[in-house]
Amino acid sequence: MAGFLPDWVLVIKSVLISIAAIAFLGPVTMMYLTLLERKVVGRMQNRIGPNRVGKWGLLQPLADGVKMLTKEDIVPTPADPIAHFLAPILIVVPALLVFAVIPFGRGMTAVDLNVGLLFFIAISSTTTLAIFMASWGSRNKFSLLGGMRSVAQMVSYEVPMVLSVVPVILITGSLSTNDIVLAQGGWGGLKWFIFTPWGLLAFIIFYLCGVAECNRSPFDLPEAESEIVAGFHTEYSGMKFALFYMAEFMNSFTISALAATLFLGGWQGPVLPSWLWFFMKTYVLIFIMIWFRGTLPRFRVDQLMNLAWKFLLPLTLINIFVAGFWYFAPNTIVRVLMSAGVLSLSFWGLQKLNQGYAPEKRVYQFGD
Amino acid sequence: MIFGTGIIKGMLVTLKAFLASYFKGPHEGGIFTVEYPEKRLAEKERFRNFPFLLYDQTPENLRCVACDICAKECPPKCIYIVRDFDKEGRPLKRPAIFDIDFTVCMNCGICEEACPFDAIFMDHEFEIAGPDRQNKMLYHRDDLLKSNEYFNKIRPTDAGAIDARRREAEEKKKAAAAQAVKAKTTQPQPEPPKT
Ligand code: SF4
Ligand code: SF4
Repeated sequence: MAGFLPDWVLVIKSVLISIAAIAFLGPVTMMYLTLLERKVVGRMQNRIGPNRVGKWGLLQPLADGVKMLTKEDIVPTPADPIAHFLAPILIVVPALLVFAVIPFGRGMTAVDLNVGLLFFIAISSTTTLAIFMASWGSRNKFSLLGGMRSVAQMVSYEVPMVLSVVPVILITGSLSTNDIVLAQGGWGGLKWFIFTPWGLLAFIIFYLCGVAECNRSPFDLPEAESEIVAGFHTEYSGMKFALFYMAEFMNSFTISALAATLFLGGWQGPVLPSWLWFFMKTYVLIFIMIWFRGTLPRFRVDQLMNLAWKFLLPLTLINIFVAGFWYFAPNTIVRVLMSAGVLSLSFWGLQKLNQGYAPEKRVYQFGD
Repeated sequence: MIFGTGIIKGMLVTLKAFLASYFKGPHEGGIFTVEYPEKRLAEKERFRNFPFLLYDQTPENLRCVACDICAKECPPKCIYIVRDFDKEGRPLKRPAIFDIDFTVCMNCGICEEACPFDAIFMDHEFEIAGPDRQNKMLYHRDDLLKSNEYFNKIRPTDAGAIDARRREAEEKKKAAAAQAVKAKTTQPQPEPPKT
């Protein structure tokens, strides 16, 4: 077929195919992630989870979609109509855009940007704007509180997240997601960055910050239902609410996918096809996110900030130096031991420094 | 103590629950949900839900005598009784109307406790949801009737005890009647008065 068509048609065709694939993959992923999440959390809490609509509840996401579409769309009278209307649309756009640079398999990147990683980080941080728009446009105190929290949290966690990626860029010397995956191809496709001391630490930090970035439990302060109703999407109903939900789930998918790309070797892996490796790694990370949600209670705001600024940030800075040392040191066991030693020592030290003063026994001034 | 050990401990707890839900039975930490419409738990004998009127053998033979005690005792006053009369206008020992409004009844079982004639009992039926609260939820006399066999089936212990007591009372009454008949036949020879 290629011979019959002029070049520009071919370009348009490949663009259209990529767009269609992503526009289809995003929502479908999101729909089935909701089902997965409900099933897994249910089983962690000794429940069965949805199992009525279709076999094993497989049609549940469709039923939810129909429900969301047919619900009344309520706009509060004092709300800013434009901001209120635009926010749910704007929040989905970055969530879909970042799919473009994710390498789903060997040669399966929609756009192989040479600044792919930068693109990802830049685009995904615009989510904050949409969230703040939603909270400001709703004219509701709970929304605004949620939006404020969201901005504070995103700004704080953006910093260690970006810094934890720096070692990877340092070692591979490239910002392209494809090159980063290719750099992890040694040892029969198992030379993943997570198997190095700095990679392990950077992975943990990146993943934690990623969980915080997409507002998932235990970092779900912007939508803490026990404190501020539903946070920034308190005043949304019907399909607009569903769009927020969709963005959140697509974000958790893309963050897991990026973590897999940067540290778990992306689509690299022996024997199995590349895309299968990629999806396996991504879904393991998503499962861990859901597992977090099934286990951990929510942070307090001050704990959240302490973790980001006083613990993760210094650790990432030290990690960058360790990665630099790794880059220049000769490839021997000494290099591994030294970097592991430095990192565990700094981890231990930061932990000691972060420990607040806790008296053995509470002393009451007026109680006794 | 290292940062995160508590978190790992907690995560292991949930992981254990997650795995147990697939591989363990309901009494070993697995899922103990009984999926209701298809499967259901065995009913407990003393379970109580909405009253019914009891009849012996045939539905005409209902035990209720329309004494109105249960209607007076019912806390939310959801029982409505009108006594039946025969053609000459004499009151009969049965209700012409016996209505219970199930939208109001709170399943307290006080009617059962109060009834001196063992005529009203609490049922096991609970799937009585309906779309119409004006007509479907107001149960009339004939809707409420259920046989003694049914009562024996759902609550064998209570029914057995009550049946035994009633039989005993019946026999005593019969014996007393026989005594009275005997006494009547032997009337002509009164005992000599003591001095
Ligand atoms: S059910 Fe019992 S208490 Fe109520 S009217 Fe009939 S006999 Fe009397
Ligand atoms: S169960 Fe209680 S509320 Fe219901 S009819 Fe009997 S006495 Fe009234």
